[in-house]
Amino acid sequence: MQHVMTKDDYRKYVDKVSPDSKTLRNTLRAFFVGGLICVIGQFFMNSFRQMGFDQDVSSSLTSIVMIFLGVSLTAMNIYDDLGRFAGAGSIVPITGFANSVASPAIEYKSEGYVLGIGARMFLIAGPVLVYGISMSIIVGIIHYLIKH
Amino acid sequence: MMRQTILQYINAFVIGGLICAAGQVLIDRTKLTAARILVLFVSLGVVLTGLGIYQGIAEVGGAGATIPLTGFGYSLAKGAFKDVDKYGLLGAFTGGIRATAAGVAAAVFFSYLAAVAFKPKAKS
Repeated sequence: MQHVMTKDDYRKYVDKVSPDSKTLRNTLRAFFVGGLICVIGQFFMNSFRQMGFDQDVSSSLTSIVMIFLGVSLTAMNIYDDLGRFAGAGSIVPITGFANSVASPAIEYKSEGYVLGIGARMFLIAGPVLVYGISMSIIVGIIHYLIKH
Repeated sequence: MMRQTILQYINAFVIGGLICAAGQVLIDRTKLTAARILVLFVSLGVVLTGLGIYQGIAEVGGAGATIPLTGFGYSLAKGAFKDVDKYGLLGAFTGGIRATAAGVAAAVFFSYLAAVAFKPKAKS
């Protein structure tokens, strides 16, 4: 006798099979898009080095350019589409950080220039700065204690 | 020279891609939100730099290591180290922001301009 799958069986089957292949697909997309964004960053980095700027200055200039690109693509509604495709590939690079600042700033404009744009732009960047800066202070203090 | 440059781009692609892929696995497997991923990656960058591990990754990966948010943590910690060596304990408080000032200021300023100039998109 042929085994007949009920709707419920089928849903269980789909749930069992799909997450893994979906994760693999998402991970590959994140890898390629994330890698590509870093290659673009490397291009600017090399260009600034070639213009004669030192490592630190080139690194800062590259950050500014990449953030400008991230904010611009967000304003043109392109970064959101990229995010739907690439997931973490567009979230983790610094362009994603720029997107996390620009996106709520634009979206909450209707709440005003101070509590809308001014406050909401730190919705995600705020926590990133809180934890990043606090941990860098701790690491700096430890470095000081070890040295002295 | 040419071969070195190509290798540099390949390294940036692979290292940067792997860091982003790791973020994607975390999102899919743990249901962590984007905000938590970003906080986690910055913190991870600071800790790995504090332990002296990320410096090696940055050396090989170039922009592949500095463009992802872990690289932001790397800059924060590296800046704190540099200022501690220069100014003592005060440096722990000045170094991180000094090293990342350009990026943070650019993100705030460009986003402000974009918010003033652009209308929010209609909810679909």
